[in-house]
Amino acid sequence: MTLLRAILLRLLTTAITLFGVAVIVFVVIRVVPGNPIAMMLPPGATEADILRLETQYGFDKTIPQQFMIWLGGVMQGDFGTSISTRQPVSGLVLSRLPATLELSIVALIIAVTLGGTMALLGTRFRDSKTEGAIDVTAGMALSIPDFLWGLVLILLFGVLWPVFHISGRISPSLDIDFTTNFYLFEALLRLRFDVIADLIGHMVMPALALAIPLAAIIAQLLKQSLKETMHLDYVTLARTKGYGEAKVITREALPNALLPTLTLVGVQFTFLIGGTVIIERLFSYEGLGNMAIDAVINRDLPLIQGIVILFALIFTLVNLAVDMLYVVLNPRLRHA
Amino acid sequence: MSAYLSIRNLSVALKGGGPILRRVSLDVHPGQVHGLVGESGAGKSMIGKAVLGTLPRALQVTGGEIWLDGVNLETLPPSERRRRIGATAALIPQDPLTALNPSKRIGPQITRRLVDILGWSRADAQNRALELLAEVHIPEPARVMRNYPHELSGGMRQRILIAAAFAAEPQLIIADEPTTALDVTVQKQILRLIAQMQARHGTALMFVTHDLGVVSKVCDSLSVLYAGLVVENARMRRFFTRPIHPYSAALLAATPTYTDPFGSLKPVPQNVITAVETEVSQHDRRTGA
Ligand SMILES: Nc1ncnc2c1ncn2[C@@H]1O[C@H](COP(=O)(O)OP(=O)(O)OP(=O)(O)O)[C@@H](O)[C@H]1O
Ligand SMILES: [Mg+2]
Repeated sequence: MTLLRAILLRLLTTAITLFGVAVIVFVVIRVVPGNPIAMMLPPGATEADILRLETQYGFDKTIPQQFMIWLGGVMQGDFGTSISTRQPVSGLVLSRLPATLELSIVALIIAVTLGGTMALLGTRFRDSKTEGAIDVTAGMALSIPDFLWGLVLILLFGVLWPVFHISGRISPSLDIDFTTNFYLFEALLRLRFDVIADLIGHMVMPALALAIPLAAIIAQLLKQSLKETMHLDYVTLARTKGYGEAKVITREALPNALLPTLTLVGVQFTFLIGGTVIIERLFSYEGLGNMAIDAVINRDLPLIQGIVILFALIFTLVNLAVDMLYVVLNPRLRHA
Repeated sequence: MSAYLSIRNLSVALKGGGPILRRVSLDVHPGQVHGLVGESGAGKSMIGKAVLGTLPRALQVTGGEIWLDGVNLETLPPSERRRRIGATAALIPQDPLTALNPSKRIGPQITRRLVDILGWSRADAQNRALELLAEVHIPEPARVMRNYPHELSGGMRQRILIAAAFAAEPQLIIADEPTTALDVTVQKQILRLIAQMQARHGTALMFVTHDLGVVSKVCDSLSVLYAGLVVENARMRRFFTRPIHPYSAALLAATPTYTDPFGSLKPVPQNVITAVETEVSQHDRRTGA
């Protein structure tokens, strides 16, 4: 009963959040200067042409009226038509979503692996030079934002020692007939190792650029949490049972140290997804973020609106997933 | 009779700092209970931690020997020392609320050591845990094995920790104030349980406490500590009739009895404190600490 209430409450707050985001974006992109219709017409188009198109896209109505029309469409799954491409927004956005999801998930996996390893090593060799080196590394990784890491990586592995592709998502020659837009996951399922290698070769630099700052945050938070846990009585008791330091850390301390880290990492992961906008642009990676920048340049209001709503939805889902994971990992909540 | 645990001139100090234990020597004999008494901060817990190898990182052993079953632990390589402790000794901790891992079920917290360190089969370890839980009067042991610590009361958890300590049939158990964190009503039961288990299993027990009243009930011998210095090692009967050290006598006088229930309110007289402080500084001068 309480669980059902919690879920309903969650759905309600999600709906309100998304509605709020929709209103704000809708108003903001309409009050900033720049006429989307003028942008799409060739130079020398007449006032009449502009007026005709404005009526067609509904820009002659008041903002509240426009919003009601848009909302009515959304209720039926219609997010409007992109002005610059004249295609349905929902189709455009969904075709790009997989690329961004794959990039974000690979970045998350890299960040958790790197950051987790650093945290475990730092705990194992705490109060020594190794921990100091890890602290300095994490501090440096954090003080440089993701897009600068992108540039650094391009210089290193694209120019100085060109081992990775610096732009795009896949080499045209390897563009096999994908049935979904989840290229990497599909290639993995189809065991096309040549395609996997090519996709990774494209993805590794943008993913690293996104992952490095998050890895540093995970390293710092998890190490802090682990070190605090190492003082607790049950860890000491495990020592007297004959377990070595590594076992004590991974088996006794880690499961408990994960919990306080998890929530913060969840929030940071949504920042990482936000970071894809610039990173995808930098690496010409055909994802949602890249499309968002084009949409802004073209003043493609319906498309901007659709992309922002989708990002907001993703953020809410990530938070929901984190909360659920927290319950799954915490026996005190699991049985409540 | 040779001692199972024999501590000789054990010194522990803060890294780059003052002494915490001052050449402590004491013996714990097989199947006997040895009490450690002294006021808060005297170093009782640190003796136990030095034996078990769980001293805080700020502290280190600076001298002396810890003989366990005829082997000097201080000469063993760390991993060998750890295994030997894990296989032959156990700890009953002070606070049952923090001594169980909150994210693990009770069962594995008892059986893991048997499987990992002693090489038992899972089934044997499982049966042994059930047997021990029944022995410490846990109702429905099979269900409790699947519980998480937060689902159980403090008294239950301390029983479980006692069962876990005896599970591997250790030769030596160190109990560090095993009842102080509990409800007064539960304290007596737990104390009686530890004494029963000790007698039944014939384990050597080093029992840390503030309470001479408790010592008089469960111990065969005791050491009195002041500022990391053992001021007196004694057999029980002799201690309660003729304490040798003035500090011991003062502690004894400060113990509540049936005829004088407010005895614990008596402070240790100032001249006794001054005398024992002088003894400590003389000791430090002699040993150059
Ligand atoms: N982590 C630590 N770092 C530095 N000094 C410590 C640490 N833990 C304990 N000490 C010092 O070691 C001395 C002995 O402490 P210990 O815990 O053995 O006392 P105790 O006799 O067990 O006292 P209590 O009855 O309060 O448990 C104390 O003076 C204390 O200040
Ligand atoms: Mg203590």
